[in-house]
Amino acid sequence: MATTLKINGEQKTVDVPADMPLLWVLRDVLGLTGTKFGCGIAQCGACTVHIDGKPVRSCVLPASAVRDRPITTIEGVGATDAGAKVQKAWLDLEVIQCGYCQSGQIMSAAALLASTPNPDDSDIDAAMAGNICRCGTYVRIRAAIKQAAGRRS
Amino acid sequence: MSARPSRRDFLASTLASSLLLAFHLPVRAANEPVQPPDDTAGKFAPNAFIRIDGAGKTTLVMPQVEMGQGIYTAVAMILAEELDADLAQVTLQHAPPNDKLYANPTFGIQVTGNSNSVRAFWTPLREAGARARAMLMQAAAQHWQAEADQCKAANGWITHESSGRKLGYGELAEAASKVTPPQQVPLKDPKNFTLIGKPLKRFDTPDKTSGKAVYGIDAMLPGMKFATVAACPVFGGKVGHVDDARAKKIPGVQKVVVLDDMVAVVGDHMWAAKRGLDALAITWDEGKNAKVNSADIWDDLRRASEKDGVVAKSVGDIAKGLATGDRVDAAYELPLLAHATLEPQNCTVHFKGDSCEVWTGSQILPRVQSFAAAAAGLPIDKVTANNHLIGGGFGRRLEADMVASAVRVAKQVDGPVKVVWTREEDIQHDIYRPAYRDTISASLSGGRIVGWKYRVTGSSVIARWLPPAFQNGIDIDAVDSAIDMPYDIPNFHVEYVRAEPPVPTGFWRGVGPNNNVFAIESFMDELARKAGKDPIAFRRDMLGKTPRLRAALDLVAEKSDWGKPLPARVGRGVCAQPSFGSFIATVVEAEVDGQGQVTLRRVTSAVDTGIAVNPDTIAAQLQGGLIFGLTAALYGEITIDKGRVQQSNFNDYRMLRIDEVPPIEVHVIKSGEAPGGIGETGTTAGPPALRNAIYAATGVALRRLPVDRDLIRAEKKS
Amino acid sequence: MSRAIRRLLAGIVVLAVIAAGVVWWLRGPGPMDFAGGTTVALADYQAGDPTGVPASLAKASPVERGEYLARAADCVVCHTAKGGQPFAGGFAFSLPFGTLYSTNITPDKETGIGNYSDQDFLNAVRRGVRKDGAHLYPAMSYTSYTYMTDADVLAIKAYLSSLAPVRATPPENTLGFPFNQRWAMGLWSVVFSPNTRFKPHAARSPEWNRGAYLAEALAHCGECHTPRNLAFALDNRAKFAGAVTAGWRAFNISSDKNTGVGGWSDDQLIAYLSTGHAAGHGTASGPMGEAVDHSLSRMAPEDIRAMVAYLRSVPAVASSDLPAGTAPAAPASHKEGGGGALAEGKRIFHGACVSCHGWTGESPISPVATLTGSWAVNDPAATNVAQIVISGTARHTPQGVLSMPAFGSIYSDAEVATVANYVTARFGAKGAQLTEQDVANLRKQTAK
Ligand code: FES
Ligand code: FES
Repeated sequence: MATTLKINGEQKTVDVPADMPLLWVLRDVLGLTGTKFGCGIAQCGACTVHIDGKPVRSCVLPASAVRDRPITTIEGVGATDAGAKVQKAWLDLEVIQCGYCQSGQIMSAAALLASTPNPDDSDIDAAMAGNICRCGTYVRIRAAIKQAAGRRS
Repeated sequence: MSARPSRRDFLASTLASSLLLAFHLPVRAANEPVQPPDDTAGKFAPNAFIRIDGAGKTTLVMPQVEMGQGIYTAVAMILAEELDADLAQVTLQHAPPNDKLYANPTFGIQVTGNSNSVRAFWTPLREAGARARAMLMQAAAQHWQAEADQCKAANGWITHESSGRKLGYGELAEAASKVTPPQQVPLKDPKNFTLIGKPLKRFDTPDKTSGKAVYGIDAMLPGMKFATVAACPVFGGKVGHVDDARAKKIPGVQKVVVLDDMVAVVGDHMWAAKRGLDALAITWDEGKNAKVNSADIWDDLRRASEKDGVVAKSVGDIAKGLATGDRVDAAYELPLLAHATLEPQNCTVHFKGDSCEVWTGSQILPRVQSFAAAAAGLPIDKVTANNHLIGGGFGRRLEADMVASAVRVAKQVDGPVKVVWTREEDIQHDIYRPAYRDTISASLSGGRIVGWKYRVTGSSVIARWLPPAFQNGIDIDAVDSAIDMPYDIPNFHVEYVRAEPPVPTGFWRGVGPNNNVFAIESFMDELARKAGKDPIAFRRDMLGKTPRLRAALDLVAEKSDWGKPLPARVGRGVCAQPSFGSFIATVVEAEVDGQGQVTLRRVTSAVDTGIAVNPDTIAAQLQGGLIFGLTAALYGEITIDKGRVQQSNFNDYRMLRIDEVPPIEVHVIKSGEAPGGIGETGTTAGPPALRNAIYAATGVALRRLPVDRDLIRAEKKS
Repeated sequence: MSRAIRRLLAGIVVLAVIAAGVVWWLRGPGPMDFAGGTTVALADYQAGDPTGVPASLAKASPVERGEYLARAADCVVCHTAKGGQPFAGGFAFSLPFGTLYSTNITPDKETGIGNYSDQDFLNAVRRGVRKDGAHLYPAMSYTSYTYMTDADVLAIKAYLSSLAPVRATPPENTLGFPFNQRWAMGLWSVVFSPNTRFKPHAARSPEWNRGAYLAEALAHCGECHTPRNLAFALDNRAKFAGAVTAGWRAFNISSDKNTGVGGWSDDQLIAYLSTGHAAGHGTASGPMGEAVDHSLSRMAPEDIRAMVAYLRSVPAVASSDLPAGTAPAAPASHKEGGGGALAEGKRIFHGACVSCHGWTGESPISPVATLTGSWAVNDPAATNVAQIVISGTARHTPQGVLSMPAFGSIYSDAEVATVANYVTARFGAKGAQLTEQDVANLRKQTAK
């Protein structure tokens, strides 16, 4: 079934089954491999993208359910204000280890900052607890979100 | 942020950003090989690690793999330090498989593990850098007809000191390749280091923030197909019958590949493959393990642990030691664990009949190549193995089982195919951290330990993984940290009993010490209580021969507010350990509520890891390692029923999440000693420190992991 | 006759009358008695045959007809062990007094029903009497199946006989005394299982009668949705008013406006039955999810419509323990809305649940995962919320299978309780007060 998706500002038409999760459309059909597969059951957050600016787990979201809402992936989030701030804070505080979870972490954090410019710890918990980091970078993730929000931790 | 950045900040950030640009990992176009051909033509290639071309472009080849531990940055720093390279011209590349060129000096094979990358390569890399620099200097001196000692190297240039003439490394590359390498090269005095010891930004992170970093699972080739597999759920079982009628009707499914022990579905994308797999009706021939369950595995292990083991170390007179003073006995048990690397297992293969190429992320690339060759039925030199960044290793990628499986599938597929394991298959067909049982007897006299008898019982990973290293019945990994206890104990005896469960076992972050440090440090707390002493004071008094650990212990006591009063059902627990060549003391502060739920409140670590190549990475590794260990202590356990692993994904193989993780402070002690390992030390430290915190909070002496909440409920308080 | 003897006899008569009264009262009305009017013999109902298969299958072979009817009767769910071969039995019913295992109904001669004659099969399905004369426990819905026609039961037999035989003997039941006394079930059946066939209601439409036959004789809705009396038989005085069965709450499907389905549109009911989901009313899971997957979703549209027509006629009975209607969506901010005091429950929710269910309860992923409007989150007992957390659920949607994983093996009873309390407080009309012990009990009741 042909579906047109708006990804990082570009229109892409793909011919995929209606039930195919967006994750696999991005990775396997469009080659946008920055979005990661970690669990496939919305438990790890590695596949997080933004739909209409909101964080969504692409591993469980059928591509056909996106319709004409704009999609932002890790490849495009740097073009948003919150995304750029988060990426910079991530580099400044050297958050990343293996990096595999970090596309998802950054997408969740960018969405958080876009909706809550000054998040407190409970906001960070509420927005970030769905993202697992097996390398255990959580302490720095928290600090980097605060830094990106303009506060030193 | 209102303060204006200082000049120091400014310098630091420009240095950092130039590095960021310079150390950009090669981002590969789809059909470009990941690995450079090891083509040294026209380049100055004094050794396996350094390539400088005529334009001065410097390529550093990484003998150790990057899986998050920051080793690419550390290796590059060590090489560049002695080479005096211009960081702006440096590019990093993954090493191709070659045990001769890239062997880890400790193991003699090309492998990354046991937290020893920096330890093992510290001197060889420095010498490699220094020797290359000496050759460049010699070439410049010859050009100027001067003496080499009148020249100075810095930042990619050789300068003739008196005349001020300069030649770039690129200009010297050709001449330098003709210089005879010197036998002996002077290494820099650490006080002249310009890179080592600085908290440099990691070179692999910019691509990891922008989604450009390429992991094995991201390999993309033209015309590639996608596959996913289901192996017999029972270990060692086989495929009985497969009905693929429904699967073949699913759009995008290309092929069903039936192997003797697993089935794969190949499709246009992972979704087609996965749906196809779900639609197969498979009956398995479950084989002899169909009835295996956890209870039986534990019974076997317990029975085995009653036997005498092979003596790994014996000092003094253990019989006499144990007969003196008050005797205490205990047994500790640790469960099977999965690795659950966040990047699921995967391998991309292009089998072409007379040759084969594979793309994956591995801690042991030569084994990838040999396993692929065996599975493909080809000679080794017909197999090209390309390495990638690794989305979590933790020992899982010291194995190449997934490569062999992927090649077996690819043999039946036209063109390249990427095989990706679902999380469920990844967890249910892992190679697990062995279950262990440790029995300890000790005797106390005058508040000190006078006898210590320790017996480890468990699977030998070494015997399977590196058979030549399994000698005289002793698995050197399984007794690591048990035979080299830091405490002064006059009568000391360690045994090993090998007991193999019907489940595959392998290395897991923290390896042998993981088990031993838990048992030892848990028992130390029980002994301290028996001796009526504070746990830190009790340990400290016996650390005469290990002053570096004693210093770490003192520091952590101070930084963790050890001894300050705490609310009810909150406790602090300590773990002191020399492991992987580092000395670490950790205090965990935890609260146990009435229902036995544990909340982590605070973690403090102090570490002497020798010269810290990149102090920032050390703190990060310790934090991460602690979380890894604490996750296992709180939740980690693989159980078996009817021959099957019962856990499947993160809903039942649970991970600590950000909201459960407390502040973790790491204090790095300045040290001039040779660098120690760091990547696994936190993992070994977390569980015993947490266990001891629970002991302090509730009085319950846990002897098993993961933490059993029923045992530490308020009403069970002893 | 002496006075004493006369007195004794009188006493016995009085006792017998009282006992008969108690039994009569316990037995209560039959499942279709609410409809009133007169019933006629099947042959005398001229408006159309409410039994058998839909028109499209009228000419089909007995095996095909039987397949449809076996689906409508949902045989497979109870006769298949978890992960086992279909119809080979071994599914466990965890009852308060032990565990019952379903039997193998494949045509295997030794372990299945390969040796059953037609009469043996009729006896088992409609009277609960096994070939060897032993009485079945009413976990087997023979009290409903008794309304089926001979032709329909035998069509099912024809279908089952067409399957490959599977050699499989279910585990032994673990019922304790006195429940292991099968003969007692014979007495029970005399009172509570009428051994009677479906009789159309003359004044009702053919659609209604078809719906009645499907809902009562085949789909056995009442087995879960009608509460049971002291003797464990259906209490049709509160027909379809909802009950807890096997640890799951089957909600009120009487025509009560507030707590039943009286407020649902026909389309919503049709959608719910045929897809397991109705916009604004949540999603079927647990046993109802299975009924939809294996049975209802594969029935002819006209049959679903007939069942809806029948359902609509069931008298309203209010559920006094449910709020009068479901709560609206929760606020978008995690800081507002109910459950704020349940920090531990919120912690679990934001880690494992919010990605799919959202802070408002309206799923960012799929309407199927939307909590808003479902009875599960509005049930102050939180039974089904706790159950889904423990065992997970899977919905087969037009967009493929959408599933929620099971969290029960690693999350403790206390954690399941607290997250269920949080979820009901945030998304429902009234927060639950589940305790650790409640969750432990639920786990025990759940069929495996
Ligand atoms: S892959 Fe989507 S949440 Fe884990
Ligand atoms: S950085 Fe490795 S999983 Fe998060």
